[in-house]
Amino acid sequence: MQVPRFWREIPRYYRLEAAACVQCDAIHFPPRKICPSCGANAFETVRLSGRGALTTFTIIRTPPSGFTDQAPYAVGIVELDEGVRLMAQITDCDVDTLKTGDRMIAKFRRIREEGRTGVIMYGYKFVPDVGV
Amino acid sequence: MRDVAIIGIGMTRFGELWESSIRDLCVEAALACFNDAGIDRLDSITIGSMSSGLFTGQEHLASLVPDYLGRRNVPAVRVESACASGGQAVRTAFLEVASGMSDVVLAIGIEKMTDVSGGEATYALATAADQDYEAFHGVTFPGLYAMMARAHMERFGTTRDQLAQVAVKNHENGSHNPHAQFPFTVTRKQVINSVMIADPLTLLDCSPITDGAAAVLVAPAEMARELQRGPLTVITGIGHATDTISIAHRADLLHLDAIELASSRALGMAGKTIEDIDFAEVHDCFTIAEILVLESMGVVPAGQGGPATLDGLTALDGDFPVNPSGGLKSKGHPVGATGVAQICEAVTQLRGAAGDRQIPNARIALTQNMGGSGGSSVVHIVEAR
Repeated sequence: MQVPRFWREIPRYYRLEAAACVQCDAIHFPPRKICPSCGANAFETVRLSGRGALTTFTIIRTPPSGFTDQAPYAVGIVELDEGVRLMAQITDCDVDTLKTGDRMIAKFRRIREEGRTGVIMYGYKFVPDVGV
Repeated sequence: MRDVAIIGIGMTRFGELWESSIRDLCVEAALACFNDAGIDRLDSITIGSMSSGLFTGQEHLASLVPDYLGRRNVPAVRVESACASGGQAVRTAFLEVASGMSDVVLAIGIEKMTDVSGGEATYALATAADQDYEAFHGVTFPGLYAMMARAHMERFGTTRDQLAQVAVKNHENGSHNPHAQFPFTVTRKQVINSVMIADPLTLLDCSPITDGAAAVLVAPAEMARELQRGPLTVITGIGHATDTISIAHRADLLHLDAIELASSRALGMAGKTIEDIDFAEVHDCFTIAEILVLESMGVVPAGQGGPATLDGLTALDGDFPVNPSGGLKSKGHPVGATGVAQICEAVTQLRGAAGDRQIPNARIALTQNMGGSGGSSVVHIVEAR
Protein backbone atom coordinates (compact mmCIF):
# COMPACT_ATOMS: atom_id res chain seq x y z
CA MET A 1 0.00 0.00 0.00
CA GLN A 2 1.23 3.50 -0.77
CA VAL A 3 1.31 5.79 2.27
CA PRO A 4 -1.20 8.38 0.93
CA ARG A 5 -4.01 5.86 0.79
CA PHE A 6 -3.76 5.40 4.55
CA TRP A 7 -2.56 8.93 5.38
CA ARG A 8 -5.57 10.67 3.85
CA GLU A 9 -7.92 8.78 6.21
CA ILE A 10 -6.04 9.83 9.36
CA PRO A 11 -8.63 12.46 10.44
CA ARG A 12 -11.22 9.67 10.56
CA TYR A 13 -8.97 6.87 11.81
CA TYR A 14 -7.20 8.87 14.55
CA ARG A 15 -9.76 11.47 15.58
CA LEU A 16 -13.16 10.05 14.53
CA GLU A 17 -13.96 13.16 12.51
CA ALA A 18 -17.48 13.02 11.10
CA ALA A 19 -19.66 15.33 9.00
CA ALA A 20 -22.74 16.97 10.52
CA CYS A 21 -25.26 18.15 7.92
CA VAL A 22 -25.99 21.85 8.47
CA GLN A 23 -29.52 21.40 7.06
CA CYS A 24 -30.86 18.28 8.82
CA ASP A 25 -28.27 17.70 11.58
CA ALA A 26 -27.65 14.09 10.48
CA ILE A 27 -24.13 12.94 11.36
CA HIS A 28 -22.23 10.83 8.84
CA PHE A 29 -19.17 8.70 9.46
CA PRO A 30 -17.20 8.54 7.29
CA PRO A 31 -17.96 12.09 6.16
CA ARG A 32 -19.86 12.57 2.92
CA LYS A 33 -20.18 15.41 0.43
CA ILE A 34 -23.90 14.80 -0.19
CA CYS A 35 -26.30 14.13 2.68
CA PRO A 36 -28.25 10.92 1.93
CA SER A 37 -30.93 12.05 4.40
CA CYS A 38 -31.81 15.46 2.90
CA GLY A 39 -29.61 16.00 -0.18
CA ALA A 40 -27.79 19.03 1.24
CA ASN A 41 -24.09 19.47 0.58
CA ALA A 42 -22.89 21.66 3.44
CA PHE A 43 -21.40 20.06 6.53
CA GLU A 44 -19.55 20.90 9.72
CA THR A 45 -16.76 18.67 10.95
CA VAL A 46 -17.55 17.15 14.35
CA ARG A 47 -15.69 14.63 16.47
CA LEU A 48 -17.57 11.53 17.57
CA SER A 49 -17.78 10.65 21.25
CA GLY A 50 -16.52 7.10 20.70
CA ARG A 51 -18.97 5.89 23.37
CA GLY A 52 -21.83 3.58 22.60
CA ALA A 53 -23.27 0.08 22.74
CA LEU A 54 -22.42 -3.11 20.87
CA THR A 55 -25.27 -4.01 18.48
CA THR A 56 -23.84 -7.18 16.94
CA PHE A 57 -20.46 -8.85 16.53
CA THR A 58 -18.59 -11.88 15.30
CA ILE A 59 -15.28 -13.54 16.01
CA ILE A 60 -13.11 -13.85 12.91
CA ARG A 61 -11.35 -17.22 13.01
CA THR A 62 -10.43 -17.40 9.30
CA PRO A 63 -8.84 -14.01 8.59
CA PRO A 64 -7.98 -12.37 5.29
CA SER A 65 -4.35 -11.90 4.29
CA GLY A 66 -2.88 -9.09 6.39
CA PHE A 67 -4.63 -10.20 9.60
CA THR A 68 -3.40 -13.79 9.97
CA ASP A 69 -1.26 -12.94 13.00
CA GLN A 70 -4.26 -11.53 14.91
CA ALA A 71 -6.93 -14.25 14.65
CA PRO A 72 -9.13 -14.99 16.43
CA TYR A 73 -10.37 -11.42 16.88
CA ALA A 74 -13.77 -9.83 17.40
CA VAL A 75 -15.34 -7.37 14.97
CA GLY A 76 -18.61 -5.66 15.76
CA ILE A 77 -20.95 -2.77 15.04
CA VAL A 78 -21.20 -0.16 17.81
CA GLU A 79 -24.01 2.38 17.86
CA LEU A 80 -22.59 5.53 19.39
CA ASP A 81 -24.67 7.64 21.76
CA GLU A 82 -25.10 10.26 18.99
CA GLY A 83 -26.72 7.58 16.79
CA VAL A 84 -23.83 6.89 14.43
CA ARG A 85 -22.92 3.23 13.81
CA LEU A 86 -19.30 2.13 13.27
CA MET A 87 -17.71 -1.19 12.51
CA ALA A 88 -14.42 -1.95 14.22
CA GLN A 89 -12.50 -4.58 16.10
CA ILE A 90 -13.29 -5.13 19.77
CA THR A 91 -10.19 -5.69 21.80
CA ASP A 92 -8.68 -5.75 25.31
CA CYS A 93 -11.26 -8.28 26.47
CA ASP A 94 -12.09 -11.98 26.50
CA VAL A 95 -14.02 -12.24 23.21
CA ASP A 96 -15.95 -15.25 24.51
CA THR A 97 -17.66 -13.10 27.15
CA LEU A 98 -18.85 -10.35 24.78
CA LYS A 99 -22.59 -9.68 24.66
CA THR A 100 -24.69 -7.40 22.49
CA GLY A 101 -25.66 -4.32 24.48
CA ASP A 102 -22.24 -4.13 26.16
CA ARG A 103 -21.04 -0.55 26.57
CA MET A 104 -18.00 0.27 24.41
CA ILE A 105 -15.50 3.07 24.07
CA ALA A 106 -13.24 3.75 21.08
CA LYS A 107 -9.49 3.65 21.69
CA PHE A 108 -6.46 4.39 19.53
CA ARG A 109 -4.83 1.12 18.54
CA ARG A 110 -2.57 -0.44 15.95
CA ILE A 111 -4.74 -2.01 13.20
CA ARG A 112 -2.10 -3.92 11.25
CA GLU A 113 1.32 -3.62 9.69
CA GLU A 114 2.58 -4.54 6.27
CA GLY A 115 5.59 -6.70 6.97
CA ARG A 116 8.88 -5.45 8.37
CA THR A 117 9.27 -2.41 6.15
CA GLY A 118 5.71 -1.48 5.15
CA VAL A 119 3.13 0.92 6.50
CA ILE A 120 2.03 0.52 10.12
CA MET A 121 -1.65 1.40 10.25
CA TYR A 122 -3.31 2.81 13.34
CA GLY A 123 -6.93 3.62 14.00
CA TYR A 124 -9.84 3.04 16.36
CA LYS A 125 -10.85 -0.17 18.06
CA PHE A 126 -13.51 -0.57 20.71
CA VAL A 127 -12.87 -1.82 24.21
CA PRO A 128 -15.46 -2.59 26.90
CA ASP A 129 -16.33 0.64 28.75
CA VAL A 130 -16.22 -0.64 32.31
CA GLY A 131 -16.36 2.89 33.76
CA VAL A 132 -20.05 3.43 32.89
CA MET B 1 -38.80 -2.90 -25.91
CA ARG B 2 -38.68 -6.26 -27.66
CA ASP B 3 -39.48 -9.49 -25.80
CA VAL B 4 -36.25 -11.34 -25.02
CA ALA B 5 -35.88 -15.13 -24.91
CA ILE B 6 -33.12 -17.38 -23.66
CA ILE B 7 -32.21 -19.64 -26.57
CA GLY B 8 -29.22 -21.44 -25.09
CA ILE B 9 -27.56 -22.29 -21.78
CA GLY B 10 -24.19 -23.79 -20.94
CA MET B 11 -22.10 -24.43 -17.86
CA THR B 12 -18.78 -25.91 -16.88
CA ARG B 13 -18.61 -28.23 -13.93
CA PHE B 14 -18.19 -26.19 -10.75
CA GLY B 15 -15.29 -27.07 -8.45
CA GLU B 16 -11.56 -26.83 -7.96
CA LEU B 17 -10.64 -27.11 -11.62
CA TRP B 18 -6.84 -27.09 -11.46
CA GLU B 19 -6.42 -27.99 -15.12
CA SER B 20 -8.59 -25.15 -16.46
CA SER B 21 -7.60 -21.51 -16.89
CA ILE B 22 -9.97 -18.55 -16.93
CA ARG B 23 -10.02 -18.61 -20.75
CA ASP B 24 -10.61 -22.37 -20.84
CA LEU B 25 -13.63 -22.02 -18.58
CA CYS B 26 -15.17 -19.17 -20.60
CA VAL B 27 -14.76 -21.09 -23.85
CA GLU B 28 -16.13 -24.34 -22.40
CA ALA B 29 -19.29 -22.66 -21.08
CA ALA B 30 -19.81 -20.70 -24.31
CA LEU B 31 -19.36 -23.80 -26.50
CA ALA B 32 -21.90 -25.71 -24.41
CA CYS B 33 -24.25 -22.75 -24.80
CA PHE B 34 -23.88 -22.55 -28.59
CA ASN B 35 -24.39 -26.32 -28.89
CA ASP B 36 -27.53 -26.01 -26.78
CA ALA B 37 -28.89 -23.14 -28.88
CA GLY B 38 -27.98 -24.81 -32.16
CA ILE B 39 -27.04 -21.56 -33.83
CA ASP B 40 -23.76 -20.05 -34.86
CA ARG B 41 -24.47 -16.36 -34.77
CA LEU B 42 -23.17 -13.82 -32.27
CA ASP B 43 -23.61 -10.05 -32.29
CA SER B 44 -22.26 -9.09 -28.87
CA ILE B 45 -20.85 -10.48 -25.61
CA THR B 46 -21.34 -9.40 -22.00
CA ILE B 47 -19.04 -10.82 -19.32
CA GLY B 48 -19.68 -10.82 -15.59
CA SER B 49 -16.63 -11.22 -13.36
CA MET B 50 -16.15 -9.90 -9.87
CA SER B 51 -12.37 -9.72 -9.74
CA SER B 52 -10.51 -11.60 -12.45
CA GLY B 53 -7.57 -9.29 -11.73
CA LEU B 54 -7.17 -10.22 -8.07
CA PHE B 55 -8.01 -13.90 -8.63
CA THR B 56 -5.90 -14.51 -11.74
CA GLY B 57 -4.09 -11.28 -12.67
CA GLN B 58 -6.11 -11.14 -15.90
CA GLU B 59 -8.18 -8.06 -16.67
CA HIS B 60 -9.47 -7.09 -20.13
CA LEU B 61 -11.75 -10.09 -20.44
CA ALA B 62 -13.58 -8.03 -23.08
CA SER B 63 -10.71 -8.85 -25.44
CA LEU B 64 -9.64 -12.26 -24.12
CA VAL B 65 -13.09 -13.87 -24.33
CA PRO B 66 -14.06 -13.00 -27.91
CA ASP B 67 -10.48 -13.75 -29.00
CA TYR B 68 -10.52 -17.30 -27.61
CA LEU B 69 -14.08 -17.89 -28.76
CA GLY B 70 -12.78 -17.37 -32.27
CA ARG B 71 -14.95 -14.25 -32.51
CA ARG B 72 -12.38 -11.47 -32.90
CA ASN B 73 -14.00 -8.15 -33.72
CA VAL B 74 -17.28 -8.94 -31.93
CA PRO B 75 -18.07 -6.20 -29.37
CA ALA B 76 -17.70 -7.31 -25.76
CA VAL B 77 -17.97 -5.62 -22.38
CA ARG B 78 -17.24 -6.74 -18.84
CA VAL B 79 -19.66 -5.65 -16.14
CA GLU B 80 -18.98 -5.81 -12.41
CA SER B 81 -21.20 -5.69 -9.37
CA ALA B 82 -19.26 -7.98 -7.01
CA CYS B 83 -21.08 -11.31 -6.58
CA ALA B 84 -23.99 -9.95 -8.67
CA SER B 85 -21.75 -9.52 -11.73
CA GLY B 86 -23.31 -12.54 -13.45
CA GLY B 87 -26.85 -11.22 -13.04
CA GLN B 88 -25.59 -7.90 -14.28
CA ALA B 89 -24.16 -9.57 -17.42
CA VAL B 90 -27.54 -11.14 -18.20
CA ARG B 91 -29.30 -7.84 -17.56
CA THR B 92 -26.89 -6.03 -19.88
CA ALA B 93 -27.40 -8.67 -22.60
CA PHE B 94 -31.17 -8.34 -22.13
CA LEU B 95 -30.98 -4.57 -22.58
CA GLU B 96 -28.96 -4.91 -25.78
CA VAL B 97 -31.54 -7.24 -27.30
CA ALA B 98 -34.63 -5.51 -25.92
CA SER B 99 -33.44 -2.17 -27.26
CA GLY B 100 -32.86 -3.55 -30.75
CA MET B 101 -29.15 -2.78 -30.59
CA SER B 102 -28.19 -6.45 -31.02
CA ASP B 103 -30.04 -9.66 -31.87
CA VAL B 104 -27.97 -12.53 -30.47
CA VAL B 105 -26.00 -11.76 -27.32
CA LEU B 106 -23.92 -14.11 -25.19
CA ALA B 107 -23.80 -13.43 -21.45
CA ILE B 108 -20.93 -15.20 -19.69
CA GLY B 109 -20.30 -15.32 -15.97
CA ILE B 110 -16.84 -16.40 -14.86
CA GLU B 111 -14.66 -16.67 -11.78
CA LYS B 112 -11.43 -18.62 -11.51
CA MET B 113 -10.76 -18.49 -7.76
CA THR B 114 -8.26 -21.25 -6.96
CA ASP B 115 -5.21 -19.71 -8.62
CA VAL B 116 -4.65 -17.81 -5.34
CA SER B 117 -4.38 -19.07 -1.74
CA GLY B 118 -7.37 -19.19 0.61
CA GLY B 119 -6.21 -16.05 2.43
CA GLU B 120 -5.77 -14.17 -0.83
CA ALA B 121 -9.21 -15.32 -2.02
CA THR B 122 -10.73 -14.18 1.29
CA TYR B 123 -9.03 -10.81 0.78
CA ALA B 124 -10.25 -10.57 -2.83
CA LEU B 125 -13.83 -11.33 -1.77
CA ALA B 126 -13.62 -8.72 0.99
CA THR B 127 -12.95 -6.05 -1.65
CA ALA B 128 -16.72 -6.16 -2.24
CA ALA B 129 -17.06 -4.55 1.22
CA ASP B 130 -16.14 -0.96 2.12
CA GLN B 131 -12.33 -1.08 1.88
CA ASP B 132 -11.66 1.86 4.21
CA TYR B 133 -14.35 1.30 6.84
CA GLU B 134 -15.11 -2.44 6.87
CA ALA B 135 -12.26 -4.46 5.33
CA PHE B 136 -9.71 -2.11 6.98
CA HIS B 137 -10.71 -3.62 10.33
CA GLY B 138 -10.11 -7.20 9.20
CA VAL B 139 -13.70 -8.21 8.64
CA THR B 140 -14.38 -10.97 6.11
CA PHE B 141 -17.53 -11.83 4.16
CA PRO B 142 -18.39 -14.67 6.50
CA GLY B 143 -17.85 -12.10 9.26
CA LEU B 144 -20.35 -9.61 7.81
CA TYR B 145 -23.04 -12.27 7.40
CA ALA B 146 -22.18 -13.67 10.83
CA MET B 147 -23.03 -10.27 12.35
CA MET B 148 -26.39 -10.40 10.57
CA ALA B 149 -26.90 -13.99 11.75
CA ARG B 150 -26.24 -13.08 15.38
CA ALA B 151 -28.64 -10.14 15.16
CA HIS B 152 -31.29 -12.38 13.55
CA MET B 153 -30.92 -15.01 16.25
CA GLU B 154 -31.17 -12.43 19.02
CA ARG B 155 -34.10 -10.46 17.57
CA PHE B 156 -36.24 -13.30 16.19
CA GLY B 157 -35.04 -16.34 18.09
CA THR B 158 -33.71 -17.98 14.94
CA THR B 159 -31.90 -21.16 15.94
CA ARG B 160 -28.71 -22.88 14.84
CA ASP B 161 -30.87 -25.81 13.66
CA GLN B 162 -32.90 -23.49 11.42
CA LEU B 163 -29.76 -21.99 9.85
CA ALA B 164 -28.25 -25.44 9.37
CA GLN B 165 -31.40 -26.67 7.63
CA VAL B 166 -30.69 -24.27 4.75
CA ALA B 167 -27.41 -26.11 4.13
CA VAL B 168 -29.02 -29.53 4.60
CA LYS B 169 -31.77 -28.71 2.09
CA ASN B 170 -29.42 -27.21 -0.50
CA HIS B 171 -26.95 -30.09 -0.30
CA GLU B 172 -29.86 -32.53 -0.71
CA ASN B 173 -30.87 -30.67 -3.90
CA GLY B 174 -27.28 -30.37 -5.10
CA SER B 175 -26.75 -34.10 -4.74
CA HIS B 176 -28.92 -34.41 -7.89
CA ASN B 177 -26.95 -31.80 -9.86
CA PRO B 178 -24.10 -33.13 -12.05
CA HIS B 179 -22.50 -29.66 -12.15
CA ALA B 180 -22.32 -29.31 -8.35
CA GLN B 181 -19.00 -28.87 -6.55
CA PHE B 182 -20.20 -30.62 -3.39
CA PRO B 183 -22.93 -33.09 -4.45
CA PHE B 184 -23.08 -34.79 -1.06
CA THR B 185 -25.69 -34.58 1.65
CA VAL B 186 -25.03 -33.21 5.14
CA THR B 187 -26.90 -33.37 8.45
CA ARG B 188 -27.77 -30.46 10.69
CA LYS B 189 -25.42 -31.88 13.29
CA GLN B 190 -22.55 -31.95 10.77
CA VAL B 191 -23.23 -28.32 9.80
CA ILE B 192 -23.34 -27.12 13.40
CA ASN B 193 -20.26 -29.10 14.42
CA SER B 194 -18.09 -28.15 11.44
CA VAL B 195 -15.18 -25.79 12.07
CA MET B 196 -16.12 -22.28 13.20
CA ILE B 197 -15.34 -19.60 10.60
CA ALA B 198 -16.96 -16.47 12.07
CA ASP B 199 -19.24 -17.03 15.06
CA PRO B 200 -21.99 -18.19 14.76
CA LEU B 201 -21.30 -19.37 11.18
CA THR B 202 -19.39 -22.58 10.60
CA LEU B 203 -17.66 -23.91 7.49
CA LEU B 204 -20.83 -25.66 6.30
CA ASP B 205 -22.84 -22.43 6.66
CA CYS B 206 -20.59 -20.92 3.98
CA SER B 207 -20.57 -21.35 0.21
CA PRO B 208 -17.23 -22.58 -1.10
CA ILE B 209 -14.44 -21.07 -3.18
CA THR B 210 -15.09 -22.32 -6.69
CA ASP B 211 -13.87 -22.23 -10.27
CA GLY B 212 -16.52 -22.17 -12.97
CA ALA B 213 -18.26 -20.42 -15.80
CA ALA B 214 -21.83 -20.26 -17.05
CA ALA B 215 -23.29 -18.79 -20.22
CA VAL B 216 -26.68 -17.95 -21.69
CA LEU B 217 -27.56 -16.84 -25.18
CA VAL B 218 -30.40 -14.33 -25.51
CA ALA B 219 -32.26 -13.25 -28.63
CA PRO B 220 -35.58 -11.63 -29.60
CA ALA B 221 -38.50 -13.89 -28.69
CA GLU B 222 -39.74 -13.90 -32.29
CA MET B 223 -36.38 -15.24 -33.47
CA ALA B 224 -36.51 -17.89 -30.74
CA ARG B 225 -39.96 -18.98 -31.94
CA GLU B 226 -38.57 -19.56 -35.42
CA LEU B 227 -35.74 -21.68 -34.02
CA GLN B 228 -38.34 -23.91 -32.28
CA ARG B 229 -36.01 -25.88 -30.04
CA GLY B 230 -37.97 -26.94 -26.98
CA PRO B 231 -40.20 -24.68 -24.89
CA LEU B 232 -39.75 -20.95 -25.26
CA THR B 233 -38.17 -19.37 -22.14
CA VAL B 234 -38.68 -15.64 -21.92
CA ILE B 235 -37.18 -13.08 -19.53
CA THR B 236 -40.36 -11.24 -18.53
CA GLY B 237 -39.02 -9.18 -15.65
CA ILE B 238 -35.76 -7.67 -14.46
CA GLY B 239 -35.26 -5.74 -11.25
CA HIS B 240 -32.08 -4.16 -10.07
CA ALA B 241 -31.41 -2.10 -6.97
CA THR B 242 -28.59 -0.96 -4.73
CA ASP B 243 -28.06 -0.23 -1.03
CA THR B 244 -25.31 1.10 1.23
CA ILE B 245 -21.96 -0.63 0.84
CA SER B 246 -21.43 -0.70 4.65
CA ILE B 247 -23.85 -2.83 6.62
CA ALA B 248 -23.47 -0.47 9.60
CA HIS B 249 -25.27 2.20 7.56
CA ARG B 250 -28.44 0.18 6.90
CA ALA B 251 -31.61 1.43 8.58
CA ASP B 252 -32.33 -2.20 9.51
CA LEU B 253 -29.44 -4.66 9.42
CA LEU B 254 -31.89 -7.50 8.85
CA HIS B 255 -33.88 -6.09 5.95
CA LEU B 256 -32.07 -6.08 2.62
CA ASP B 257 -33.59 -3.11 0.78
CA ALA B 258 -31.84 -3.90 -2.50
CA ILE B 259 -33.41 -7.37 -2.52
CA GLU B 260 -36.90 -6.11 -1.71
CA LEU B 261 -36.68 -3.44 -4.42
CA ALA B 262 -35.06 -5.64 -7.07
CA SER B 263 -37.66 -8.39 -6.60
CA SER B 264 -40.65 -6.03 -6.49
CA ARG B 265 -39.41 -4.25 -9.62
CA ALA B 266 -38.89 -7.55 -11.46
CA LEU B 267 -42.28 -8.90 -10.41
CA GLY B 268 -43.94 -5.60 -11.34
CA MET B 269 -42.37 -5.65 -14.80
CA ALA B 270 -43.55 -9.24 -15.31
CA GLY B 271 -47.02 -8.44 -13.96
CA LYS B 272 -46.66 -11.09 -11.27
CA THR B 273 -46.69 -11.35 -7.49
CA ILE B 274 -44.40 -13.49 -5.35
CA GLU B 275 -47.29 -16.00 -4.99
CA ASP B 276 -47.14 -16.64 -8.74
CA ILE B 277 -43.55 -17.89 -8.56
CA ASP B 278 -43.15 -21.68 -8.92
CA PHE B 279 -39.57 -21.78 -7.61
CA ALA B 280 -36.61 -19.52 -6.95
CA GLU B 281 -32.85 -19.66 -7.24
CA VAL B 282 -31.53 -17.28 -4.58
CA HIS B 283 -28.14 -16.08 -3.40
CA ASP B 284 -27.37 -18.39 -0.46
CA CYS B 285 -23.73 -17.39 -0.08
CA PHE B 286 -24.31 -18.18 3.60
CA THR B 287 -27.19 -20.00 5.27
CA ILE B 288 -28.39 -16.77 6.89
CA ALA B 289 -28.39 -15.08 3.47
CA GLU B 290 -31.11 -17.39 2.13
CA ILE B 291 -33.25 -16.62 5.18
CA LEU B 292 -32.71 -12.86 4.84
CA VAL B 293 -33.54 -13.01 1.12
CA LEU B 294 -36.78 -14.95 1.71
CA GLU B 295 -37.85 -12.37 4.27
CA SER B 296 -36.75 -9.34 2.24
CA MET B 297 -38.61 -10.60 -0.86
CA GLY B 298 -41.76 -11.10 1.21
CA VAL B 299 -41.94 -14.88 0.77
CA VAL B 300 -42.32 -15.02 4.56
CA PRO B 301 -42.69 -12.25 7.18
CA ALA B 302 -39.57 -10.91 8.90
CA GLY B 303 -38.25 -13.44 11.39
CA GLN B 304 -40.12 -16.41 9.87
CA GLY B 305 -37.42 -17.54 7.41
CA GLY B 306 -35.83 -19.94 9.89
CA PRO B 307 -39.00 -21.73 11.06
CA ALA B 308 -40.35 -21.86 7.48
CA THR B 309 -37.14 -23.52 6.28
CA LEU B 310 -37.28 -26.09 9.07
CA ASP B 311 -40.95 -26.74 8.20
CA GLY B 312 -40.01 -27.56 4.60
CA LEU B 313 -41.53 -24.54 2.82
CA THR B 314 -38.42 -24.18 0.61
CA ALA B 315 -37.69 -27.89 0.06
CA LEU B 316 -37.90 -29.39 -3.42
CA ASP B 317 -41.40 -30.67 -2.62
CA GLY B 318 -42.38 -27.63 -0.54
CA ASP B 319 -44.82 -24.86 -1.45
CA PHE B 320 -41.99 -22.49 -2.46
CA PRO B 321 -38.96 -24.51 -3.59
CA VAL B 322 -35.71 -22.54 -3.26
CA ASN B 323 -32.40 -23.44 -4.87
CA PRO B 324 -33.30 -26.70 -6.61
CA SER B 325 -29.79 -26.56 -8.15
CA GLY B 326 -28.22 -26.89 -4.71
CA GLY B 327 -27.63 -23.15 -4.59
CA LEU B 328 -24.29 -21.52 -4.00
CA LYS B 329 -23.92 -23.74 -0.97
CA SER B 330 -23.70 -27.11 -2.73
CA LYS B 331 -23.40 -26.26 -6.42
CA GLY B 332 -20.50 -23.87 -5.66
CA HIS B 333 -20.03 -20.12 -5.94
CA PRO B 334 -17.63 -18.93 -8.63
CA VAL B 335 -18.79 -15.42 -7.81
CA GLY B 336 -19.07 -13.85 -11.27
CA ALA B 337 -20.62 -17.03 -12.71
CA THR B 338 -23.31 -17.45 -10.08
CA GLY B 339 -25.93 -15.06 -11.48
CA VAL B 340 -25.70 -16.68 -14.92
CA ALA B 341 -25.75 -20.19 -13.47
CA GLN B 342 -28.99 -19.30 -11.65
CA ILE B 343 -30.57 -18.50 -15.03
CA CYS B 344 -29.22 -21.80 -16.42
CA GLU B 345 -31.00 -23.67 -13.61
CA ALA B 346 -34.21 -21.69 -14.18
CA VAL B 347 -34.22 -22.61 -17.89
CA THR B 348 -33.35 -26.25 -17.15
CA GLN B 349 -36.32 -26.48 -14.78
CA LEU B 350 -38.67 -24.67 -17.17
CA ARG B 351 -37.69 -27.12 -19.92
CA GLY B 352 -38.50 -30.02 -17.58
CA ALA B 353 -34.93 -31.26 -17.98
CA ALA B 354 -33.76 -31.17 -14.35
CA GLY B 355 -33.91 -34.93 -13.75
CA ASP B 356 -34.13 -35.98 -10.11
CA ARG B 357 -34.33 -32.38 -8.93
CA GLN B 358 -37.16 -31.43 -11.34
CA ILE B 359 -39.96 -29.34 -9.91
CA PRO B 360 -43.22 -30.61 -11.46
CA ASN B 361 -45.02 -28.19 -13.79
CA ALA B 362 -42.55 -25.36 -13.24
CA ARG B 363 -43.66 -22.41 -15.40
CA ILE B 364 -42.43 -19.23 -13.67
CA ALA B 365 -38.96 -18.90 -12.10
CA LEU B 366 -37.34 -16.15 -10.07
CA THR B 367 -33.57 -15.78 -9.79
CA GLN B 368 -32.01 -13.45 -7.21
CA ASN B 369 -28.33 -12.56 -7.40
CA MET B 370 -26.70 -10.44 -4.67
CA GLY B 371 -23.57 -8.31 -4.59
CA GLY B 372 -21.49 -8.12 -1.43
CA SER B 373 -23.49 -7.95 1.78
CA GLY B 374 -26.59 -6.80 -0.14
CA GLY B 375 -25.17 -3.58 -1.60
CA SER B 376 -26.56 -4.59 -4.98
CA SER B 377 -29.00 -7.16 -6.31
CA VAL B 378 -30.37 -8.27 -9.66
CA VAL B 379 -33.59 -10.29 -9.94
CA HIS B 380 -34.85 -11.99 -13.10
CA ILE B 381 -38.25 -13.52 -13.81
CA VAL B 382 -38.08 -16.25 -16.45
CA GLU B 383 -41.24 -17.85 -17.84
CA ALA B 384 -41.98 -20.84 -20.05
CA ARG B 385 -44.29 -19.93 -22.90
